[in-house]
Amino acid sequence: MSRKTAVPFLFSVCALAVLALAPFIGMETIPLDSIINPVSGDTRAEIFWKIRLPRVILSFCAGAGLSVSGMTFQAIFRNPLATPFTLGVSGGAAFGAAAYLMAGMMISMLGLSGQSLSSFAGALLAIVIVYGLTRAKKGLSTATMLLAGVAVNFFFSSLILFIQYLSDFTHSYRIIRWLMGGIETVGFGSVITVAPFVLIGCAVVFFFTHELNLMSLSEETAISRGVNVKGIKTALFFAVSLMVGGVVAQCGPIGFVGMMCPHICRLLIGPDHNYLTPATFLFGGMFLTACDMLSRTLIAPAEIPIGVITALLGGPFFLWLLLGGSAERSILKQI
Amino acid sequence: MKKALIEIKDFSFAYASEKILKSVSLNVCEGEYISIIGPNGAGKTTLLKCLIRILRGGKGIIRLDGRFLAEYRQKELAKLVSYVPQGDGGGALFTVAEYVLMGRYPYLSPFTTFSAEDRGEAENALELTGTAHLAQRRLNTLSGGERQRVSIASAIAQGSRIMLLDEPTTFLDPRHENDVLNVIKKVNHNFGITVVSVTHDINHAALLSDRIVSLKNGNVMFDGPAGDIMDNRVLEKIYDKRFSFVKHPENGSLIIVPEVG
Repeated sequence: MSRKTAVPFLFSVCALAVLALAPFIGMETIPLDSIINPVSGDTRAEIFWKIRLPRVILSFCAGAGLSVSGMTFQAIFRNPLATPFTLGVSGGAAFGAAAYLMAGMMISMLGLSGQSLSSFAGALLAIVIVYGLTRAKKGLSTATMLLAGVAVNFFFSSLILFIQYLSDFTHSYRIIRWLMGGIETVGFGSVITVAPFVLIGCAVVFFFTHELNLMSLSEETAISRGVNVKGIKTALFFAVSLMVGGVVAQCGPIGFVGMMCPHICRLLIGPDHNYLTPATFLFGGMFLTACDMLSRTLIAPAEIPIGVITALLGGPFFLWLLLGGSAERSILKQI
Repeated sequence: MKKALIEIKDFSFAYASEKILKSVSLNVCEGEYISIIGPNGAGKTTLLKCLIRILRGGKGIIRLDGRFLAEYRQKELAKLVSYVPQGDGGGALFTVAEYVLMGRYPYLSPFTTFSAEDRGEAENALELTGTAHLAQRRLNTLSGGERQRVSIASAIAQGSRIMLLDEPTTFLDPRHENDVLNVIKKVNHNFGITVVSVTHDINHAALLSDRIVSLKNGNVMFDGPAGDIMDNRVLEKIYDKRFSFVKHPENGSLIIVPEVG
């Protein structure tokens, strides 16, 4: 079995193990026995089913969605630092969700929460802006693209600040806490709000893995090999907006996951998206589940917001990407 | 008269306000090897890109195999026309085998992956271009000449009847240039693939192709048998410069020699 197939296989075994074990670990380790033979009055079974398990599933979904989004952006923009977070798409999603929080509305459409939908709209808006910038200046360099991302991020954070200024104290606090990123959940409610966004988005990406391979070569090559680049790019942008919007609305803008996970997977199995996509999905899920485990155990009974943990890991990783290696071997050139 | 595989009539194309192609009319028959020459900025690359629809929005008529270009779906078009861009540099981490196999994309149906037949075609293309030994190398480890042959292999794997090449030998040393030109010749002779190659190398264009078309300022300046290009009355109109010729010692055809001093 080649590395390309072995790694995704190994990851799926690991992912199952992580999903099975993680709910037992926390401030207090829950013994298996108390789940199988629950004693009445024992809250541990309840904690397991109603708090830990949904939380583990939610963090897995969020990690998988953000990572697959990052991978998709890296391929479409042919740039290893182009991720929804660095290009301001998470910022757009956060703005959408914050605007919804401020309005204090409670709307839902087709069973999807209003916060997720307005977050999706914000993400889409940011993508349109960033993509418009790359179209206007053809052959955008890494530096210009990151600067454009910074600008878009600034723009949306200013809008978020403005919203906070306008909001009353409770709303404002909710927005701040949510902006730090966090996976808090009671029951399966939030899992049900996030999972459809992530699953639909990932399904679209999984459908277009061959096209992602060709687009990561160059747009012209992709067209000459028969890829309908315009249509597929639009579909993928929608998919990424869905995933980022869905995750950010619930968990806040968790940074760097979308950049680190696809890179680690690419280093392990190479750039073929037929294998890279499942690997990234699984690894991203496991990674965020592990981060969440740290977030709830490190300073228990208090929690470290998960966004703080991923940023602490991601910052140095980002710098390593920017500076690491010699000019030719630099990972920046390897996409 | 053979059937025209590519028919271009009164075709024009503009980027924003700048008119690159003014009025181009050109027919290419099945199995022909055509070189397109002309000064920088004449619109040679633009014409190729319009034929494979990398650029859209030109005015005029383009018909391929009797059908209007606009009637083709992109995958159908790719089965008919392949394109080897100039200095194709993307996809550093893919292996040569993976890259060439991607040429089979137009034959993929949804929810499937490459078949044994696709893999066979890709292997043939590698053999044909003499790059089979590179199959497991990553693209970013290849030399310019190897990279160009691999690009052509990927286009061959595409199995199309027309191959468009954009300056396939620019930046290559003489030996690699020769390798690449031999591959193109083989593609044309042995497989009857129609070749349209943009080049600045007038000597090789005259020696290898059946016909030369010259563009200048977005118009066709010359269209005739390759031998007829070696004439200062023709070349001066194209390049605003006169050339000196000598007879090739092997076959007596005229070739351009560099100026002295």
